[in-house]
Amino acid sequence: MAYTAQDFKSNQEVRWCPGCGDHAVLASIHRALPEVCEALGYTKERIVFVSGIGCSSRLPYYMNTFGFHGIHGRATAISTGMKVANPKLSIWQATGDGDALAIGGNHFIHAVRRNIDINIILFNNQIYGLTKGQYSPTSKLGTITKTSPYGTVENPFNPGALALGAGSTFFARGLDSEIKLTQEILVAAAKNDGTSIVEMLVNCVIFNDGAHATISDREYRADRTIILRHGEPMIFGKNNDKGLIFRNRKLEVVTIGQDGITVDDLLVHDANCKEVGIHNLLVNMKYPDYPVALGVIRNVKENTYDDNVRDQLKEVEAKSTIKCMDDLLHSGATWVVE
Amino acid sequence: MQHKVIDMQNVVIRFAGDSGDGMQLTGTLFADASALYGNEISTFPDYPAEIRAPQGTVSGVSGFQVHIGSGEVHTPGDFCDVLVAMNPAALKANAKWTKPTATIIIDIDAFDEAGIKRAGYATLDPFVELKIEDRNIIPSPITTLTKESLKESGLDNKSILRSKNMFTLGMCFFLFNRSLDHTYEYLEDKFKKKPKLIEANKKVLFDGFNYASNIHAIPNTYMVQPAPQEKGVYRNINGNQATAWGLLAASEKSGIPLFCGSYPITPATGILEELAIHKYLGVKTMQAEDEIAGICTAIGAAYAGNFAVTTTSGPGLSLKSEAMGLAMITELPLVIVDVQRGGPSTGIPTKTEQTDLAQALYGRNGECPIAVMAAHSPSHCFDAAFYAGKYAMEHMMPVILLTEGFLGNGSEPWKIPSMKDYPEIHPPIIDSCEGPYKPYHRDPETFVRKWALPGKAGLEHRVGGLEKNPDGVISSDPINHEKMCAARAEKVARMANFIPKQEVIGADKADVLVVGWGGTFGHLYSAVQQMRSEGKSVALAHFDYINPLPKNTAEVFARYKKIIVCELNSGQFVDYLRAKLPDFKYLQYNKVQGQPFIVKEIVDAVNNIL
Repeated sequence: MAYTAQDFKSNQEVRWCPGCGDHAVLASIHRALPEVCEALGYTKERIVFVSGIGCSSRLPYYMNTFGFHGIHGRATAISTGMKVANPKLSIWQATGDGDALAIGGNHFIHAVRRNIDINIILFNNQIYGLTKGQYSPTSKLGTITKTSPYGTVENPFNPGALALGAGSTFFARGLDSEIKLTQEILVAAAKNDGTSIVEMLVNCVIFNDGAHATISDREYRADRTIILRHGEPMIFGKNNDKGLIFRNRKLEVVTIGQDGITVDDLLVHDANCKEVGIHNLLVNMKYPDYPVALGVIRNVKENTYDDNVRDQLKEVEAKSTIKCMDDLLHSGATWVVE
Repeated sequence: MQHKVIDMQNVVIRFAGDSGDGMQLTGTLFADASALYGNEISTFPDYPAEIRAPQGTVSGVSGFQVHIGSGEVHTPGDFCDVLVAMNPAALKANAKWTKPTATIIIDIDAFDEAGIKRAGYATLDPFVELKIEDRNIIPSPITTLTKESLKESGLDNKSILRSKNMFTLGMCFFLFNRSLDHTYEYLEDKFKKKPKLIEANKKVLFDGFNYASNIHAIPNTYMVQPAPQEKGVYRNINGNQATAWGLLAASEKSGIPLFCGSYPITPATGILEELAIHKYLGVKTMQAEDEIAGICTAIGAAYAGNFAVTTTSGPGLSLKSEAMGLAMITELPLVIVDVQRGGPSTGIPTKTEQTDLAQALYGRNGECPIAVMAAHSPSHCFDAAFYAGKYAMEHMMPVILLTEGFLGNGSEPWKIPSMKDYPEIHPPIIDSCEGPYKPYHRDPETFVRKWALPGKAGLEHRVGGLEKNPDGVISSDPINHEKMCAARAEKVARMANFIPKQEVIGADKADVLVVGWGGTFGHLYSAVQQMRSEGKSVALAHFDYINPLPKNTAEVFARYKKIIVCELNSGQFVDYLRAKLPDFKYLQYNKVQGQPFIVKEIVDAVNNIL
């Protein structure tokens, strides 16, 4: 049976602040899941939403699926255990920049390293919202918040660079208001076997309004972001006249028509390329030097942890003569008392 | 030469050397050979935290004590009859554990001036300095003879020196009239791919045996006859192995696959290692990135329908505290094994204690009672782990199983049970329900909720760390919160309806009831039996179930004039009993030295109050 977005909406009242970017991501998820189920042959009961603590971690309550609301930072570990226990489940994790990258940083990098087949949606608003406005590990240097009244003095993480450094097989970046793009990314994330990291740039209207405004504002979004699609030239701009080329060992923004540059000179996005070099350059692009990359930046196939676990179990089981507890109890050195 | 064979009922042997000298292996092989011969045995490894501490220093001494008997053996023994000391430091660290009549075998080659100084003696005469010059000391040139034995083996010097322990073992086999066959078999298996090492080790072992038979310093040998044992098939087992096997057994009896998420920590690592070996039985082991991930992966696995376990020691239990609260409020089955060690903080990691009881009982935020059980001997870890799994799964809650380094590393012969003698385990899994599934609707008798697994249509629901109402909807309603806290506590309390009654060893009424829990059983039992044989009015109540307590606990306590609670901490169980059953007066005997009790100190403590 074909699902609709309605099938995935729970009857719970959504309690995020009006105007919060999370609403748009939730809508994208509701819309993406019917397509995910269709494409992968899933039924709704196989889907589990897991979360930690923070605004975005309320998401499982807004899904009419199985859900587990964990503790701060630990959702990744909980998801991992769930997937290993039952690999048939389609596990989706909602997490924030504090939850995933501060208190849960260790679990995050190790999940990526293992390449366990879970989909992590990382809501990055560069602020702690639920605790009412403290800086997060993604807050820009100098950000003024309640715990940094004179500005932060620490460098932020770039979640994409962190993920790629940990060996990520799938990294994508979306923008809260680009619902169609998010939908497309989520379907691709679901299709990837392995840890799929989807960084969602979301706004926090209360504590960090305009978190991503420099790139997300309608007026100049097209000029300050680039949507990457596998197999397509890296082209962007309001007039579709800008592009990326690789010159002097770095990326360079060029204008089509200037200096004899044509579409054919532009880089063509290869998300499936195992070599991580160019993906690294792409995730690290920052405005104003570059457009910020959106879309699926990296999508490569590697063995997953859950598959490896299953295969090893099968392999040792086939070789073993010990089939049950009674066999085990009598294995090795034993002696008989008559 | 002719040797007189003297029959002995019990012998305690302590092997001591540098932590790289292979004393743990030597002791284990001696214990195994004795167990195969039919002796009752109990072992106690006493090793330093450092893998290779500075050679020849007291801090690097590794010891392994074996108690063998022709009658009942319940402890590794207080003081030893034979001490093997591979160097002056080993002698210095262990002389205090020798009986006045003890035989001490030393490697005299290691007792040169440099060696004696390195061990920190004030003089060059260790025997006088340690006041053990009247012990039966057998100085043997073990290093020289091992080199001699292997000079044509083709082995390098390092490998030759590493075989010294086999020479010593050979000597001990002669001293106790043991066959070398078992050790030969061990060597053949261990070095399957290195035949040269098989031959070399066998030769050294044999030469050590012959050396002992030829020297005049050993006029007598000793015979410890097989113990009268129940008919059956036996094996040696240590506590960590037994714990792992008990968990596997609970998985088999429930039909629920086992998942273990753990992080290596002394002295609990052996459980994870053991489970990892048995993947062919379907167990999924995961070495997590940290202790918190260990328990959180387990919680995820429990939600997804596995029998989930996490294993750790005290510091790891601290790290898992918040997640234990999560398992408790989501009411998921989970076994948390804590192999206790000396604390606080890193403490003395390789030494044994019972100092995590308060942490197990209370160490979480909020109202968070959790069932607490304890194992009382290495082999009992099997049953304890099995029942921890049974109660966790059938009652839908986390259960903490406390064992101890002393149990985890200690071993004893174990009559192999048959799985048909263990009960089935029936977790309350549901396949469907009428209307939407409400996660916190409870069985009115047991207060247990149903386990609805993801993947089953119609059972979609959400649980988590936020307080919910019984329907599973987030609620911060004050009255609901109080009711939910009470219901969760009541579920744990009602486990008392399912656990066995507290038994007493000894008379139904007596002057003194010795009360203990966990790994002190062997010592307390031996002390009480000794006193009873002397006609003293003493009995023992040893607790395997701590929260909840067996229902008849007060009724048991009321039958005795005095109660003395003995434990390897400053009084954590006695404090708990004072809070739970305040109508009784409790005396206490405590020790916090990272060492097990000795039988004599218990006897003295009880005699003091008789």
